[in-house]
Amino acid sequence: MTNALSKLLQTRDWLLADGATGTNLFNMGLESGDAPELWNDMHPERITKLYSMAVDAGSDIFLTNSFGGNAARLKLHGAEKRARELSRISAEIGRDVADSRDRPIVVAGSVGPTGEIMAPMGALTHELAVEIFHEQADGLKEGGADVLWLETISAPEEYKAAAEAFELAGMPWCGTMSFDTAGRTMMGMTSADMVNMVDGLANPPLAFGANCGVGASDLLRTVLGFAAQGAERPIIAKGNAGIPKYVDGHIHYDGTPDLMADYAVLARDCGATIIGGCCGTTPEHLEKMHAALTTRPRGERPTLEQIAEALGPFSSAADGTGDEDDAPKRRTRRRRG
Amino acid sequence: MSDEEDIILSDLSDEELVEQMWDDLYDGLKEEIEEGVNILLERGWAPYKILTEALVGGMTIVGKDFRDGILFVPEVLLAANAMKGGMAILKPLLAETGAPRMGSMVIGTVKGDIHDIGKNLVSMMMEGAGFEVVDIGINNPVENYLEALEEHKPDILGMSALLTTTMPYMKVVIDTMVEQGLRDDYIVFVGGAPLNEEFGKAIGADAYCRDAAVAVEMAKDYVQRKHNQGVAT
Repeated sequence: MTNALSKLLQTRDWLLADGATGTNLFNMGLESGDAPELWNDMHPERITKLYSMAVDAGSDIFLTNSFGGNAARLKLHGAEKRARELSRISAEIGRDVADSRDRPIVVAGSVGPTGEIMAPMGALTHELAVEIFHEQADGLKEGGADVLWLETISAPEEYKAAAEAFELAGMPWCGTMSFDTAGRTMMGMTSADMVNMVDGLANPPLAFGANCGVGASDLLRTVLGFAAQGAERPIIAKGNAGIPKYVDGHIHYDGTPDLMADYAVLARDCGATIIGGCCGTTPEHLEKMHAALTTRPRGERPTLEQIAEALGPFSSAADGTGDEDDAPKRRTRRRRG
Repeated sequence: MSDEEDIILSDLSDEELVEQMWDDLYDGLKEEIEEGVNILLERGWAPYKILTEALVGGMTIVGKDFRDGILFVPEVLLAANAMKGGMAILKPLLAETGAPRMGSMVIGTVKGDIHDIGKNLVSMMMEGAGFEVVDIGINNPVENYLEALEEHKPDILGMSALLTTTMPYMKVVIDTMVEQGLRDDYIVFVGGAPLNEEFGKAIGADAYCRDAAVAVEMAKDYVQRKHNQGVAT
């Protein structure tokens, strides 16, 4: 393994990833509804600023502005033919920012979901999904990304399609899912299910984990679930800065920089190696997270009660893992015949 | 379906058959549902009775288990697909027999937001519950909503947003409805991952629906109340 991320992982026992992309771009004037990826071409200086803010705040890894840069998402903006180009530029800008620093910085090429439901329930076939991800992966590779970074995935089928595409592109990768429905992904996958899926992949990721979802507490419960399942790969924790609140016509995430600092240290105690934020996480949050990870000692693995006490309550009583004798159960179908 | 160990649906009593159809909906068995609907029609059941007792009854169970985190999106999609199979048979018959309508809804994702999985789920579940749904798609400016309301005169307007950056646009739509004196003509529901009840109240919606199952329950409740008001005045 000669990629920049593997090298860093050999020398460090925690790495700070970045925070939000959308939140920070909106703060720079992106209009809701516009494709952020178009800015790679139109306003490269703003993307340079976006990446630099994370690096200046102490991030070891930042994600490129290419989350919606696959053909399926760009199609909604009539830009489906630009998937490879816009992804390439996002990585080129990232390469310049990373190479201008005197410490190793990992440029992670962000790959978000297609937004389609996969066959047989939906219209997107496995073959087409692989093709869509492969195209974007090639663009990110051409632009100089160190690793690819799949994020906010709900369906195991989509995660697997991306793994296959990244193998075709010959790129190392990381991949996180979003656990936002009663502690599971929207498609019902538990943290334990994800560990088993990742272990079974022909082209497994360097690191895997959770991003986005519902608040910092839920995310750490998911990380505990990964650890309990005996995950051997490095775990990624990229949680939102609290819960969005509507204040005076604007959306505000209620997680303060101090809360995210506590979250970062707890994430490490839960077993995460790569720690960052997601929606609502600004450079101020990242600075506090960096300071906390640098100065505070490691602690025991926290209990769910300790997490809830520090970061707030969970969104659901259970998350579908472990012995849940009193958990609600699926109706068993009456035997026919 | 013609497996020898299978239950022969036509051998079941009406009551057993309806319960079996609930199970088949739960398991997303489209062909079995279509067969069940046809058997009940042959036995002289009114299309509306089949819709409410066999199909809507079954989807209510699916909805409850989805709400409670027992079933997830893939199972719900399968169930909705099975429901759709039954509805395809009943729809023309319902129109012929002038059966009462459950209600109707115009639904769309707000301007700036191109996410539609949640909205599609609500559409499917609402159709599954017997509502007529007009889906106006993604990225809708206020004009699109107003046109659709004018054209279809639904009971309910549903708005969806997945992004924290787009959810404030729901207020723009509601404010415009207020300005034009249309607000009270419709029930307004909002939904989407980053929303909550507090937000729904703050922008003047009638209800925030946490998920598709809640949307269906709310819809039944509000449409019932709306119709009652209509009688009273």
